[in-house]
Amino acid sequence: MASPAKILHLFKKDALLEFRQQYALYGILLYVASTVFVLYMAMGQPEATVWNGLFWMIQLFICVNAVAKSFLQDSRGRMLYFYSIAGPVDFILAKLLYSVLLMLAMSLCAFLVFTLFLGSAPTRPWLFLGIACLGGASLSLVFTLLSAIASKAKQQAALLAILGFPLIIPQLILLVRLSRDAFGEVFRAGAVWQITGLLLGLDVLIILLSVILFPFLWKD
Amino acid sequence: MRSYWWKILAVLLMLYTFTAGFLTPVPDLANLHQSIRNFYFHVPMWTAMMVLFSISVVNAVLFLRKPNPRLDVLSAAFARTGVVFSLLGLGTGMIWAKYSWRAYWSNDPKQVGAAIAILIYLAYGVLRQSIGDQDKRARVSAVYNIFAYCILFPTLFILPRMVQSLHPGGLGNEGNPALGGDSLDPIMARVFFPAMLGWSLLGLWIGTLQARYQLLKEKLLQA
Repeated sequence: MASPAKILHLFKKDALLEFRQQYALYGILLYVASTVFVLYMAMGQPEATVWNGLFWMIQLFICVNAVAKSFLQDSRGRMLYFYSIAGPVDFILAKLLYSVLLMLAMSLCAFLVFTLFLGSAPTRPWLFLGIACLGGASLSLVFTLLSAIASKAKQQAALLAILGFPLIIPQLILLVRLSRDAFGEVFRAGAVWQITGLLLGLDVLIILLSVILFPFLWKD
Repeated sequence: MRSYWWKILAVLLMLYTFTAGFLTPVPDLANLHQSIRNFYFHVPMWTAMMVLFSISVVNAVLFLRKPNPRLDVLSAAFARTGVVFSLLGLGTGMIWAKYSWRAYWSNDPKQVGAAIAILIYLAYGVLRQSIGDQDKRARVSAVYNIFAYCILFPTLFILPRMVQSLHPGGLGNEGNPALGGDSLDPIMARVFFPAMLGWSLLGLWIGTLQARYQLLKEKLLQA
């Protein structure tokens, strides 16, 4: 079964690959910057509700772009090699870990660029950053397994969006609601923790499902 | 007789739903008036959809446990029939909403949930078509089916309870009075539960016909 050493090794490989092919990383960073810049050109500095909505939409698109390649970039031959040295559970856990960390970094960048261009809308920026990180992690978990599914089909990139967007809506609704907390909206007692708990519960569910289902995608 | 008794039952129940549903007295509530009869059609269609999607996911799980092309065909056929029922449920709901909530679409959490479900299962159809190899298609679509089902259904049941909803059972209890589960009118219950079973059986029947047609077509192609 899963062994931490193997997971760590596979994770290191992904990180090293990213580090060596820096164009991909810079590509996403530039994607973040230019999308937000286009938004700024289009609408200046929006009010809080719009700011919040836009942030999560951009977060979603960043996630699709950043996480998509976690499976799409691995060639068949290389997959066969991983297959011979590691188990599917190790492999998917390493991938999940990697995409969560990548997405956390991207959330941070997105928040910085948003604050820079679109103004600092949240009244409690640190809280918002925390929610952004939670959201980034949740999004990346869903899209990791979906990218594994999409990598088996034709027209992978478009398919990833079709498969993922409807699935992510519930989490996105919860995240948009939760982040209103950082804009100074008053919630019913306990509602904030209820939503947070629900999001964390969904994350755990998604990790479990990934671990259970990935072995079936793996063997070709 | 032994194998098709439930089809006869489905026909009888549908006849009962359509006659008793339109003729028996109903309570006159707030702004619903006679439109409350839609309760016998709109709600059971969602029940049928959930039953069909559940059968589809069960077949997907069985397929992953023991690959058999038949299970894959069944899973796809029930998912497809489920989409038809969800569209019917959405249509009947939107017409009803126009008359009782004054708009076809009011962004109610249950409406959103319905839209998500339809999008997910349409995406499932696209995924199936985009994979050529039969065995791979069956495996990958089964995985997506299970993944989507496990995320969709908890949120379908949890989300509407957490936010304001016009549907019964939402937070703050706005909207239709007296129609949440426990407070169902006893006269209406006499039609409502048979209607639920009837629509589900009808869906099951259509699904099996779809699957049989598909299996025969594949047989013909192989011959």
